[in-house]
Parts: sequence; structure tokens; C-alpha cells
Amino acid sequence: MVPCQMSPVSWSQPLLGARRIMSATDPKPLTSTVVRDDEGQLVSAAKAGDISAFEELVNRYERKIFRLGMNITQNREDAEDVMQDAFLKSYQNLDRFQGDSRFYTWLVRIAVNEALMKLRKRRPNQVSLDEPLTQAEDPVFREIEDWGPSPEQRFAQTELNEILTQVIGDLDPIFRVVFTLRDVEGISTDETAHILGISVAAVKSRLLRARLKLRQKLNKYFRRSESQ
Amino acid sequence: MNCKKVILELTSYLDGVLDSTVRIDLEQHLARCSDCRVVVDTTRKTIQIFCNSEPVPLPEDVRKRLHTALLERFRRNLKTT
Repeated sequence: MVPCQMSPVSWSQPLLGARRIMSATDPKPLTSTVVRDDEGQLVSAAKAGDISAFEELVNRYERKIFRLGMNITQNREDAEDVMQDAFLKSYQNLDRFQGDSRFYTWLVRIAVNEALMKLRKRRPNQVSLDEPLTQAEDPVFREIEDWGPSPEQRFAQTELNEILTQVIGDLDPIFRVVFTLRDVEGISTDETAHILGISVAAVKSRLLRARLKLRQKLNKYFRRSESQ
Repeated sequence: MNCKKVILELTSYLDGVLDSTVRIDLEQHLARCSDCRVVVDTTRKTIQIFCNSEPVPLPEDVRKRLHTALLERFRRNLKTT
């Protein structure tokens, strides 16, 4: 199994128990009375009106939600809107969050809906998650070359990020969204199907094709012959 | 199992949710088919590379606008409660 772990979150702020509103000119993470490992307690505190608890959730997930927005919309301004709207809507609707999934998954669901609306607005005739997939293309066996161990280590982090952004941006949105949710954000297949309103079988089918297409696109960067 | 079937089962295999009988068949095929081994290995690496990728730093101006918008919302909520 390929484990997709959540990225570790650095959290160096002291827990002072203070409850305050941050300054707009100094948007540093606020402290909270709740320890960072317990998302459920943070959510409960935020629901009870602890603004600093909600801000801890924001600080914890803002980069990931921005990345999600970038991956889906491929546009920085849209990604910023997606991130802002996702956090504002999640704050506004916190009372409706029942806790039957992780807060992060709920937040991702809101962000994905925002991102898809952006895409549809930009390209109304091109973005449908329901359109049938053509089976004509075969992305699998065109290039079969070994990459060697840890091929990504041949690139500096910035360069690697540029490559990953480019290849995922080249994917059709219906593949990009599924791959982003499953393999970048680590959302389960069932939850991905639920978020996108498609069947589990459709998620699996699109995930397979997305993975194979990305493998093929990355091949030109990572194949052994490129490193020699 | 043939190469085409390996590809059809690839996602379930990499996600570790393949039925054990099918998995054994698939792994027997991999033992004798170097092309499929490469496809499986490079697809696994593709997932790992994305999965392990760090989110790019949030641009400071973007972060500032987010927190300013939140602050406004907090203030508005405090006024109405």
C-alpha cells in the first residue's frame, strides 16, 4: 500500500490559554487552550466561540487548502479565492458540522466545491465531472523505463515543485480533481466519491487513468537515461 | 494473469485493497514480466512523489488577506451576538 500521510505541521507557538483577536497587520498564528493534535477539541472550542481555536485550524490547513485550490484551478487568484471562501464558509457554517468526518475532510469538501465552481465559470463547456471517459487512448505502455531509486532527489525542491505543478496542470480536470483528493490530500476513495458526487467505481477508474498519465508525464524527467 | 489485467488491477494493488488470490496472481505475473514491474514501480513512485510533496509556502500577501478577511468576519459576528 502506498501510504499518503498528512504533512507534519510545525507548531511552535506556546499555549498560553489566551483568547484574543489577532491584528490584521500582524497575521501570526494565535495561541489556543487546546493542544494541536486534537482537531476535535479545536472544533468544539471554535463552535463554543473560541476564535483562537478556529485560527489554529486555519493556520494548520491554510497551505494545504491553497495547494488544493492551485492543483484544481491552476490559477493563483482563483486558489486564493478558494482558500478564503472555504475558511469563511466553514467558520460561518461551523454549527452545521456534525463531526461525522474529520474537520479537514469537511473543509476540503467546501474547498473542492469552490474550486469546481471557479473552473466551471472559467470554462463552462469543458468541466464536467459526469462526462463519459473515452477508452480510445492507452496511456500505459508507451514508455517503459526504470527510474531508479528516489528519482525526485535528482531535483532541487523548487524545481521538483515546478515539475509536479506542470504535470498535474496538464491533466484533464476530471482526472486532476480525483488524483488531488486521493493521492495528494489522502482522502479515501469513498469520501472522494461523496465529495464529487460520483460513484466509487468512477473514482477508481479516473484515479487509475490519472496515475498512469502522470507516470507517463513524469517519465521524461525521472527515467534513468535522463540522469546520465 | 496478463499485462492488461495487471493494469486494470493496478490501483487496487497499490492501495493494498486487492483480494489476496488476485494479488498472488498479479505478483506471479510481475515476477516474470519486467515491463509490468517497471510500470508498477514507477506508478508507485509517482504516487509517493506527489504524496510526499510539501505544499509550497503560502505567499505572505495571500496569507495576510486571508487573515484580514477572517478578522472582519469575526468582528462582524461579535457585533451581531
